[in-house]
Amino acid sequence: MAVLLIAEISDGELSMDATAKAVAAAKALGDVTVLAAGSSAAAAGEAASKIDGVSKVLVAEDPMLGHRLAEATAALIVSLAGDYEHIVAPATTDAKNVMPRVAALLDVMVISDASGVVDADTFERPIYAGNAVQTVKSNDAKKVITFRTSTFDAAGEGGSASVETISAAENPGLSTWVEDKVAESDRPELTSAGVVVSGGRGVGSEEDFALIEKLADKLGAAVGASRAAVDSGYAPNDWQVGQTGKVVAPDLYVAVGISGAIQHLAGMKDSKIIVAINKDEESPIFQVADYGLVADLFDAVPELIEKL
Amino acid sequence: MKVLVPVKRVIDYNVKVRVKADGTGVDLANVKMSMNPFDEIAVEQAIRLKEAGQAEEIVAVSIGVKQAQETLRTALAMGADRAILVVASDDVHKDIEPLAVAKILKAIVDEEQPGLVLCGKQAIDNDMNATGQMLSALMGWSQATFASEIAIEGDKAKVTREVDGGLQTIEVTMPTVVTVDLRLNEPRYASLPNIMKAKKKPLDEKTAEDYGVDVSNRLEIVKTVEPAERAAGIKVGSVDELVAKLKEVGAV
Ligand SMILES: Cc1cc2nc3c(=O)[nH]c(=O)nc-3n(C[C@H](O)[C@H](O)[C@H](O)COP(=O)(O)OP(=O)(O)OC[C@H]3O[C@@H](n4cnc5c(N)ncnc54)[C@H](O)[C@@H]3O)c2cc1C
Repeated sequence: MAVLLIAEISDGELSMDATAKAVAAAKALGDVTVLAAGSSAAAAGEAASKIDGVSKVLVAEDPMLGHRLAEATAALIVSLAGDYEHIVAPATTDAKNVMPRVAALLDVMVISDASGVVDADTFERPIYAGNAVQTVKSNDAKKVITFRTSTFDAAGEGGSASVETISAAENPGLSTWVEDKVAESDRPELTSAGVVVSGGRGVGSEEDFALIEKLADKLGAAVGASRAAVDSGYAPNDWQVGQTGKVVAPDLYVAVGISGAIQHLAGMKDSKIIVAINKDEESPIFQVADYGLVADLFDAVPELIEKL
Repeated sequence: MKVLVPVKRVIDYNVKVRVKADGTGVDLANVKMSMNPFDEIAVEQAIRLKEAGQAEEIVAVSIGVKQAQETLRTALAMGADRAILVVASDDVHKDIEPLAVAKILKAIVDEEQPGLVLCGKQAIDNDMNATGQMLSALMGWSQATFASEIAIEGDKAKVTREVDGGLQTIEVTMPTVVTVDLRLNEPRYASLPNIMKAKKKPLDEKTAEDYGVDVSNRLEIVKTVEPAERAAGIKVGSVDELVAKLKEVGAV
């Protein structure tokens, strides 16, 4: 059986972590061919060819595939679909945008955010903000799947797959890219960081969120946020952790001024060690925290920064 | 322009969900149900477009059990003009899959010819994040998912999307399907007079068969279980104790 895996690429660069985690999930399903698509994708394809478990890489470079607009990217994937039983990708926002479109064009159901592989037809996925885990068996001829990266360990490097160049499918010409607003940061990526420090509404302002960032930098951590912190403008949207934001499972997750709503827990409760700092001892966050500190964050965080 | 807004009846986001003992799913009998929060944002956006003179009519559609008409009444009370209920099951525990929903929506879009379909980006029950993209695919239309800003200019819509790296703005050709994210707007509450008025607004009732769509599952549910519980932790009394514990387990 053959698997087509859509590599995660932004601005021509392979997202190694997300892609290698999806490869780890997909290896069990069959021979993995990686599709590297973008306006520039050759370097990303080259990088993907080194992932253990990849047997072949297809590189499709075309301006219309830039920024991975859904219509052109889905058309390309569908044009290749005939050769594969499984079409998979890491569950990034790009893939969540494209893969359901691919599935509908193939008249199959999409399996979103799969967290486990039981067999070639059967997958586990969290539902209801992770409050239940469902095992589903697909009756479709082809399976279109996005894998929740936080539950798979990345495949190693050391492979040497062959790389082939292919052309893009016809451009449906339905959308164009205008601009990206991406904040450059030297911090680790939120979804692959070993340590994440997140701030919530309790932080109180954008200015005071600097305190969260300072603690993060002390720990070499990525910065996360609750929805309330993002809605209030303390933190950018791409920091949101939760049911409808990013799902993380670092070795250490520090939640500061976050109450622990189920929608937030959905994005972090698989972290190895959870620390919560909250002034309200009744906060639900303490039910999932390994170490809970009932304290005012404005006292505790500066002290913590000093003592670490 | 007509705007079509699909709305789903889901368990209220504040309700603690319980997995049924027989593993077939989550217990939905006698629990509070509400409109999917993302769909409220979609309805709100449609109303704002109408208020801005960019939309003439808002049609809300719900596909599911008969009780979904309550969800449609909520949409009407918020400001939708009329509603279509497609009864596709009489079992509250049956979740109609996004592919089947998209097929029914396609049939309705073919009939109604809206210029814009506004969907929630995901339903908080099955967390699929798929219906809007699937409808767009079946229509052969453009799509703009995870919208935090929408500006319609002639036959184009400029949409800012919440993506992993930050924000991306794209321009899509109309007609189009837009799926909405949390930061697009803050939905209004329906006022009491509007709730009363909504009772008189037209609500058409159809069935999945009327549209010739087979709603049987493509994904067979093998089992549903509670997630693994985290072992209870401890409270530490001071920052010093916290640092000591973290050092002890090698976390820092
Ligand atoms: C459809 C939908 C999707 C959602 N998706 C997400 C999601 O993906 N991610 C997410 O996070 N949420 C999500 N939410 C929102 C979620 O329900 C909560 O509203 C949100 O997580 C609350 O954020 P918070 O904990 O920062 O704020 P609050 O619940 O207001 O908690 C603030 C906490 O800070 C504490 N605090 C205040 N001041 C201090 C201080 N000086 N020192 C110490 N502690 C202090 C308080 O005791 C309180 O516990 C979603 C909701 C809906 C309806």
